[in-house]
Amino acid sequence: MLDYILRRLALMVLTLFGVSVAIFLLLRIVPGNIADILFDSAGMIDPAEKQQITKDLGLDLPLVEQYARWIGGLAHGDLGYSYVSEKPVLDEILPRIPITARLAGLALLFAVCTGVPFGVISAVRQNSWLDYILRVFSLLFLSMPSFWLGLLVLMAFVNWFGILPIYDKAPPTWGAFALMLGVPAATVGLRSSALIMRLTRSSMLEVLRQDYVRTARSKGLSEGAVTFVHALRNAVLPVITTIGIETAFLFGGLIVTETVFNIPGVARFLVEAIRWRDYPMVQNLVMFIAVIVVMVNLIVDIAYMFVDPRIRLRA
Amino acid sequence: MMRSRLWLAVACLLATMGSAVAQKQGGTLRVTHRDNPPSASVLEEATISTLMPFMAVFNNLVVFDPATRENRLDRVVPDLATSWALTDDDRTLTFQLRDGVKWHDGKPFTSADVKCTFDMLSGKVASKMRKNPHKTWWFNVKDIATDGDDKVVFHLNDPQPSIMALFAAGFSPIYPCHVPAAEMRTHPIGTGPFKFVEFKQNESIKLVRNPDYWKPGRPYLDAIEYTIIPNRATMLLAMATGKFDLTFTSDLTPELMKSLQEQAPETQCVLQPTGTQGNLLVNRERPPFDNEQIRRAMVLSIDRKAFSDILSRGIFDVGGVDLPPPEGRWGWSKEFMETVPGYGADVEKSRDEGRRIMKSLGYGPDNMLPLKVSTRNIPDYRDAAVILIDHLKSVYIQAELEPLDSSVWYARLARKDFSVGMNIQGISIDDPDATFFENYLCGSERNYTSYCNADLEKKFHEQSQMKDLDARRKLVWDIDKTLQMDAARPVVFHAKAATCWWPRVHGINIAMNTIYNHWRFEDVWLDQ
Repeated sequence: MLDYILRRLALMVLTLFGVSVAIFLLLRIVPGNIADILFDSAGMIDPAEKQQITKDLGLDLPLVEQYARWIGGLAHGDLGYSYVSEKPVLDEILPRIPITARLAGLALLFAVCTGVPFGVISAVRQNSWLDYILRVFSLLFLSMPSFWLGLLVLMAFVNWFGILPIYDKAPPTWGAFALMLGVPAATVGLRSSALIMRLTRSSMLEVLRQDYVRTARSKGLSEGAVTFVHALRNAVLPVITTIGIETAFLFGGLIVTETVFNIPGVARFLVEAIRWRDYPMVQNLVMFIAVIVVMVNLIVDIAYMFVDPRIRLRA
Repeated sequence: MMRSRLWLAVACLLATMGSAVAQKQGGTLRVTHRDNPPSASVLEEATISTLMPFMAVFNNLVVFDPATRENRLDRVVPDLATSWALTDDDRTLTFQLRDGVKWHDGKPFTSADVKCTFDMLSGKVASKMRKNPHKTWWFNVKDIATDGDDKVVFHLNDPQPSIMALFAAGFSPIYPCHVPAAEMRTHPIGTGPFKFVEFKQNESIKLVRNPDYWKPGRPYLDAIEYTIIPNRATMLLAMATGKFDLTFTSDLTPELMKSLQEQAPETQCVLQPTGTQGNLLVNRERPPFDNEQIRRAMVLSIDRKAFSDILSRGIFDVGGVDLPPPEGRWGWSKEFMETVPGYGADVEKSRDEGRRIMKSLGYGPDNMLPLKVSTRNIPDYRDAAVILIDHLKSVYIQAELEPLDSSVWYARLARKDFSVGMNIQGISIDDPDATFFENYLCGSERNYTSYCNADLEKKFHEQSQMKDLDARRKLVWDIDKTLQMDAARPVVFHAKAATCWWPRVHGINIAMNTIYNHWRFEDVWLDQ
């Protein structure tokens, strides 16, 4: 088991190395000199400042040395300096991480907590009116763009309850706090929830026809035990894989949701950094997101072992 | 008639009494902000995104009377200067400074700060400012001298009656000498009614009451909080539910204002000229646009009324460089405007002339001139550029839209790296000294089309020295007409937009001829 985890960890490091090289090179092959772009977008006019940027970023050094400096800085928590905000990148990113992490975590939780049970119900009640309704809704949520859904949700809250669950630094009540967290999380998690539901349903339908399920029933087990202990545990593997993949997609949804709900998180900040060509910020933010996605996938890989003994035994 | 006048007088008296006795101390004013300001340095930026939130941190030498709605020369009142005097030859201007004023960090304000600010602005000393967009405003300042700690003397090259308007502009605050420019961009220090607390990128800006403010009893508010909400739909909903007290200035189009007032009928709105104008940029250094005839044909294709009708259902104004009346004091009269080529009611006649010019240059329906219209990739700019592209077709020009991100757009403007552009630009003071020198002076930082006309420049200086307002206006109109005929930067429309607030906010007084002033908030109070 330890061997399996170590192998996965080694793979994670290798993946992150590949990602970091890709980010580093891609930002350097885009048209235009980074110093020129930073100089213009930060509104500088003194040519001496351009030389300073070149020196600060080490753009006059060989590529390998530039890369080593960046990775070395990352390892020491030095993410560089934002020429647009004139602050260290870390100071800009750090306060935003908990906001996005909370939103992403809640969105995933919402997606799993609604997607899996509804998928199971839909499979167990195959071809019933409940199954049809759930399938229609899942298709609907899969096809709705996040920005549109977000605006609809906001308008609905304003019209029906007279409140707006957008971000508030100091929400006045616990209820407002719960809404401020829950509504955007549900909005961004709805698409993942629909996907998980459809996947759980199809996976469950396949498992429910297996011999061992019939055996379990014939042993006299309750329908609940058959469904949740015997069938779901075997059907959930592809769902776990999807959760890992969905984490990456979630960031795409977060960009839109953070904008609509005015949440000052990492995803919205990344878009602004790209808009203002804030290269040190973009480079480190993309790397940060890559680390999160890779780590979630590592957790998913480890989760396989606990859910499926065959993987554990093979390892 | 008599009775209605009496009622009006009583109502005015009650309103005045009400406001005189009812001001309440305290509360936080919550304001929406449309986007992330590029920096907190008012002197280094030319955008309202910086000016509105940070103006309250500073004071000027003088200001336009905040109690009146029109920013004009005869309404300039003291601020950090208690009085001022001109010598008989109108070339030496002395300001007597207020005593006992302190910067927010506790250091005393002195005449050295004034000298240092204007030396920096007029480019007389090297500074660490990244940009100096209003440098040309101070073309006439020969030198600045201090006379003790409380007196500062400006020596001018020539008489310039309008210079007091420039001193009173929102973009002319006094900076502290002892604070580096880099710090002023991230943590500004002033003498104003509110102290800077924090500026979180893309999130919020917070100011708190300056308890040592030199004006007794002011400000009323404890704090001002700006929340950056780039999404207009979210901003509108947040305002309608009362999450905010005031919208960012001129953030609402007439349509959005209507929508807000349908959702929240109690809100009060003022629809006013924004001081921004849409203009056509033609790079006269790039072939074939170095040909005066092509530029002229392009101008003749423009149907300004169509721009106004499409973009604002006819609310936008049509005019030249200066803001049109009744809000503007220097803009053309309707009768004069009719005499300017391209501004007449008969657009087809102008376009016929444009087609004739283009045909003489070898272009026609089967041989159209291809070009790219560059513009900033935000709706206000893009929409105007699309209309322009449609109009250019009428004179055999086949244009293609090139939308650019804000950072790229400004960089390209600064480098003059474009052929044709659709631009929207703010004019912060309704005075020709600001508009002409900032945008049309040879070599000015904001003269994006590199227009340079030595004869006209002499006239810029001539009008600047005139005391007789009517005579000056006449010359200004002629200069403006020449600028339009030369296609220096043809003005297409003057925009209007709304600012809204809830009735609990009192003391807001928006100037009718600019959005770039009156944001010190020292007289604003909350009834809650």
